[in-house]
Order: sequence, then structure tokens, then C-alpha cells
Amino acid sequence: MAGPAKNVPADIQKPAGAQAKAEARRDGTQPPVPTGKTMQDSLRDALTAAVLVGVLGLFFINVRTDIAPGGLDVTTRWVAWFVSILIAFAGRLALNVFVFNARKPATETLGKKVAALGNAAPGTGKWLLRGLFIFACILPFFFTMLFPGRDRQFIDLAILIMTYIMLGWGLNIVVGLAGLLDLGYVAFYAVGAYSFALLAQYFDFIGFWVALPLAGLLAAVWGMVLGFPVLRLRGDYLAIVTLAFGEIIRVVLLNWYEFTGGPDGISGIPKPTFFGLELKRGEGGFADFFGIAYDPIHRFIFLYYIIFALALLTNFVTMRLRRLPIGRAWEALREDEIACRSLGINTRNTKLTAFSIGAMFGGFAGSFFATRQGFISPESFTFLESAIILAIVVLGGLGSQVGVVIASVVMIGGIEMLRNLGFLSQVFGPGFDPVQYRMLIFGLAMVLIMVWKPRGLVSTREPSAVLKEKKKIGADMVAQGEGH
Amino acid sequence: MEYFVQQLINGLTLGSIYGLIAIGYTMVYGIIGMINFAHGDIFMIGAFIALAMFLILTSVLGFAFLPLVLLIVVIVAMIFTSAWGWTVERLAYRPLRGSFRLAPLITAIGMSIVLQNFVQITQGARVKPLPPQIQGGITLMEGNTETGAIVVQLSYMQIIIILTTLVLMAGFTMLINRTSLGRAQRACEQDRKMAALLGVNVDRTISLTFVMGAALAAVAGLMFLLLYGVIDFYIGFLAGVKAFTAAVLGGIGSLPGAMLGGLLIGLIEVFWSGYFTVEYKDVAAFSILAIVLIFLPSGLLGQPEVEKV
Repeated sequence: MAGPAKNVPADIQKPAGAQAKAEARRDGTQPPVPTGKTMQDSLRDALTAAVLVGVLGLFFINVRTDIAPGGLDVTTRWVAWFVSILIAFAGRLALNVFVFNARKPATETLGKKVAALGNAAPGTGKWLLRGLFIFACILPFFFTMLFPGRDRQFIDLAILIMTYIMLGWGLNIVVGLAGLLDLGYVAFYAVGAYSFALLAQYFDFIGFWVALPLAGLLAAVWGMVLGFPVLRLRGDYLAIVTLAFGEIIRVVLLNWYEFTGGPDGISGIPKPTFFGLELKRGEGGFADFFGIAYDPIHRFIFLYYIIFALALLTNFVTMRLRRLPIGRAWEALREDEIACRSLGINTRNTKLTAFSIGAMFGGFAGSFFATRQGFISPESFTFLESAIILAIVVLGGLGSQVGVVIASVVMIGGIEMLRNLGFLSQVFGPGFDPVQYRMLIFGLAMVLIMVWKPRGLVSTREPSAVLKEKKKIGADMVAQGEGH
Repeated sequence: MEYFVQQLINGLTLGSIYGLIAIGYTMVYGIIGMINFAHGDIFMIGAFIALAMFLILTSVLGFAFLPLVLLIVVIVAMIFTSAWGWTVERLAYRPLRGSFRLAPLITAIGMSIVLQNFVQITQGARVKPLPPQIQGGITLMEGNTETGAIVVQLSYMQIIIILTTLVLMAGFTMLINRTSLGRAQRACEQDRKMAALLGVNVDRTISLTFVMGAALAAVAGLMFLLLYGVIDFYIGFLAGVKAFTAAVLGGIGSLPGAMLGGLLIGLIEVFWSGYFTVEYKDVAAFSILAIVLIFLPSGLLGQPEVEKV
């Protein structure tokens, strides 16, 4: 936990370059500054942290209120409280001695190795990407071959991660390219999902492939509907209106019982077909047509390839659009709206296209979500989803397509992996349930990654428009996400 | 008419709570220009501390004199919630000061998730009901409508909430306008680098801003607990969003604006539930925000941004 402020230099008082230098030091590319702190300072700092944890935990870790017959009951847990204080003391002391105040921080060697790896072979990144792409192509077969018993679970996880990658890429158009902070992206995801579900409910002949473009179109229209009133807003005013819009959509879905089914949601959403073939057992199914044995895993593999293709489409369109005048207009808008206007760029149309194209991909992902789940309810479209998608975009490094992939794998894969930690309950006793710590760890990871790398995991990217030669630019040079 | 007056009173009460939370948002936004998403959860933390302290005093230690109990609860809640506010700033925002703008927003959302889940784990996910503590009130008017007799009542609880809010607002305005701390805050708001050069301890001033915001949120948390009698780990989200909406509606960065916005949001919500449908009260509040912002892009009392080239 935190210690006193005195041994931390105030970032604000440093010149602009110092921030970059501090980051370089954290990455291990520059030698650390000896702090000259003694063991006594470390101890005092750890003691402060312990006291702070004691204060913070007193009413939460120690005292617990529970519903009991005849009102609320107060129980105390002194042991847990003392243990948490001890952990804070020991943890802070270890951090002080080995990382913050050490002449040679333990993290430095690690950082140097990583940096050296990157410098030694500049082409590694490209090859790594190609490797990743090939792995993504053969992923379902890889899992069915290697983990025959758990393939379904792994492919399901891959589908989930791929959905978030697609959503991240879609939001990246709005936030990363056009610099419009959107806190209500989940609204378009919901519009896409509900468009398909309702169309399928009211018109029997509409299947996934017909509904997919319709859902995208409807989401794009909603993107414009939202975009229009907020055209004049900037920065955080825009953020709160988009957040409000996301909540409005959710509340309407929840309360318009006759049309959307309210909290009961919509079930029985049709599964996608393979050129008219249903992936079902028996006569006329996919397996029957191709003369192979039926296996439920086929449907998961098929779903995986659908979302993979949709995600690739999102990426392809984004990369192409960045080279078109409209994409350049987005990036110019992000850098400086006033300059943009004075150069004759129509900022209204630029913003609206960014909103609606970003929304369209959200709509595609939404209708895929509906067909994959077979059941949707407003529960799935809370603000937390928007926050997770935005976190993926920002943690990955704004405007970076690869960053989104890495952040999705780390964050979504990470929290899903935490579901499988049942063995921990054998260590900590049967009362210990690791699943309930999932979101706590997710939140902590968001904070720690951001503090560790404020510009995201992939913080350099190629500029889309160049004058003479391509140079890597740091994300710190472009005022991304300023919203004006 | 009677119904209208009653709704007006209810709206002002709810609006006072929103206003107190909104001040925390608007101050932080004014001084470092970030949305402190975790502030709603600080309010929730305040409500939980108040509940625990209240139960310790009444059922464990056996205090019976309610005004004294409430006084101790409010002081303890303010102190401990301030510690939380300080820690959140120290851990999640200070390391990112001077970084680009979305970074602290993401840590704020992360902190909000952390606080919610921390409270859920340590205190359980079930709601905590507290029976009404302050009962009775003053009957203002009585009337008859076609559905039966209607009584307009101003309950003691509502009087306490509105009076406390007024006192805190007055004290707070004094603090900002008259003391050296307030001067330092206003200086940091205008130009942090220049303030640092002139000897203002910027880090300390920002920390104190968070501490003050958290203390006000703790008072709001106690009021919420006493008014509604039910809290859970999730109350912070909606209250936070509403309060932030209030801050934006009033013009973010402006203290009277936050209070005005809070009262407006409270009134809109109560009148909408009273005259139309209770389900769509949030939609009404958010729609009015959107409409106001279309015509006044910097809120009701906010100063329009000057575009510098």
C-alpha cells in the first residue's frame, strides 16, 4: 500500500522530458538514480503502509455486518485484520528494499532483458505477429488435437477473447483514431444483439446471415442518432453523454416488457448456418452432408471462425480507412479540431462517420454474441462491459491494433483463467472461493498495468500519413484521447 | 397542489445528497481535470463505515442518545472515508499525473471495480437493512383530493438532510474563498506549474481536495443510509453516475453549479416518478442532461471553454 508522499518526487514539477526519462528507467533502458534511502527509511515507510492498511481495513476486514434475526449483527475478525496489516508491512518493506530503494532494482534486470530482446532483432515483432496470426487460424484444430477433453472450453474462451478483440478494434476507431471518448460503446453492442434477437423472433425466415448486416446497419444508425446531439460537446462532456446514452438503452431494454421481454430477455435465438446447413445431429445437418461423424465441437469451431472472420474484417477495414481521406481526417480531428476546421475538413461528418462505423462493428459483434449465447438479457450490457472494452483499448495502447489483441488476451483470458483455480481452496480451506476474487484482481490489474505503462502495452505505432520516411512515433507525441 | 409540494420536498432532499457527492466530482475535475470514477464508490464506502460505526455504538456499546451517536458516526465516517479517498488518489492517480488524459480515467474505473468487489468480498453481497432511526415530522398542509386525504409532511429526517447540506455548503464556500488552502486550490486549478513555482505544495493540495471530496461523500453516504435504510456494495455506481451528471449539468468545475445540478437531478427524478413512471426516472434525468448540453455545451453555470490556437 501507499507510503508517505515525501520520497516521491512530484511529477507535476518535473519538466516534460523527465516523465519520459522516468518511464525509460522503469523499462530498464536507463540506469536508476540511487535514492540514498537507508534501511530505517524503508522500515518507517513500511510501518506507515501497515498503519494505513489497518485504518482502511478496520471497518471492512475487521468489522462485518450481517443480517441476523432482529436486525443487523456485528462480527469482528481480528485475525484477518492483523494478517492483512502484516502482509502490507512485509510487502511494502520487500518492495522498498528490493525495488524502490535498491541500487540495482530486481525489476531492472528483467526490463533490460526484455528491451535487449526487442533491440536485438527488430524484425521479431513482425514475425511474432505472423506467428500469432497463423496460430489464430489453426487454433480450433490445435486445441482439438492437443486437449481432446477440454477443447470445448478452450475454444469457447478463444471465441470470447476474439469477441473482445473485435469490440476493442471497433471502439479503437472512435477513441483511438477519432479521439472521441465513448463510455457507452456497449449500447451499440446491445443494439446489434437485440436487433438480431427481435428480428428472429418476429420474422421466422431471418437467420444469422441476413440479420448480421441489418444489425450492423441499425447500430450504425443509432451511432448517428447518438452522434448528432453530441457533435458540439468535447472531452468529458462527451464522455458523460455517451455513458448516459448507454444507460438509457439498457433501462429501456429492461422496462419495455412487451417488446423486449424486459429482464427475462429473449431466448431461442437461431444458430448460424453453414451455407444453409444447420450444425445439428442427424439428417440434413452439416456432419451428415459431408459424411463425417457428428460432434458438438463442430459448432464451436464454426462460431470461432465466424468471429475470427468478423474481427479480421474490422481490422482490415480500419487499416484501409486509415489510409483514406476519411481516416486521415479522423486522425487530424484527434490531434487538433480547430486546425481541422480551418483546413476545411467537415468536422460534423467526420465525427458522425467515426461514431457510426465504430457502432456498426459493435453491432456486428452484438449479433454474433446473440447467436452464440442463444439468449440475451439487459444484464449483459451494463456499464462494466463498456469499461472493459475501453480498458482493453487504452491498456493496449491507443490506436494500436496489436495492443488490443494483447490486452484482450491478458485481461479476458486472465480473468477466465481465474475460474479454474479451484485447487486454491484446498490450500486456503474450503471457505476460500477464488472465483469471487476475479473482478477484484481484474480491477487491480487495470490499475497496475496503467501505472506501470501509462501509454499502454504497445506504445509505439506507425503513423498513417507520412511526409518522407516512416518513423516510429511514440504515443506521447500525439495528444491522443484529448477529445479536441 | 399538496402532492406537488410533497414531491418538491422529496426532490430537494434527494438533490441535496446528489449535490454533496457532485461537489467531490467537480472539485477533482476542476483541479486536475479528470473524472474520478471511483468517487461514487467512495460514497458507498462512507455509507458502509457509517453503518458499521452506528451498529457498534448502538448494539455493541449500548449508546442510546441518538444525536450523540449520529455526531460520532458522522465524524468517524468522514475521517475513515477520507483515508480511503487519500489512498485512492495516492495509489491510482498520483503516479499518472502529467500522463495523457485517458490513463487516470482507466485507473479510476479500475479502482471503482476494486472498491466494489472489495466491499462485496469483505461485507457480503446481500443488502444491509437498517430500520428507520429518525421518525416523525412536521405536517405542513392537509388537503383532500378525489383519491382521499393527502398530508404534506416535512419529516425530521428531511429537515436534517437539507440543513446539514446547507451548513456544509456554507462552510465549504468559506473554505474555498477565505482560507489559504482554498486559495491554493484555486491557484492549482488555474495553473499548476505556476502555483508550484510560487511555493504552493501542489501534491498536498490535490490530496486534500480528494480528502475533502471523500469527507462530503461520507456525509452523503450516512444520509443515504438513514433516508433509504438499505445499502449494498453497488449503490455507488448509480449514485456516482447521477452525481456526475449533476456536476456536468451544473457546469463541471463550478461549486454552486454542482449543488444546483444535484438539486435539479433530484427534482427531475422525483417529479418524473411522481407524475409519470418510476421505471424511466433515470432516462428522464439523462435525457435532460443531453438536452441541456446541446444548448449550453458547458453546463448551466460553467464558463465556456476558450479555444486557444
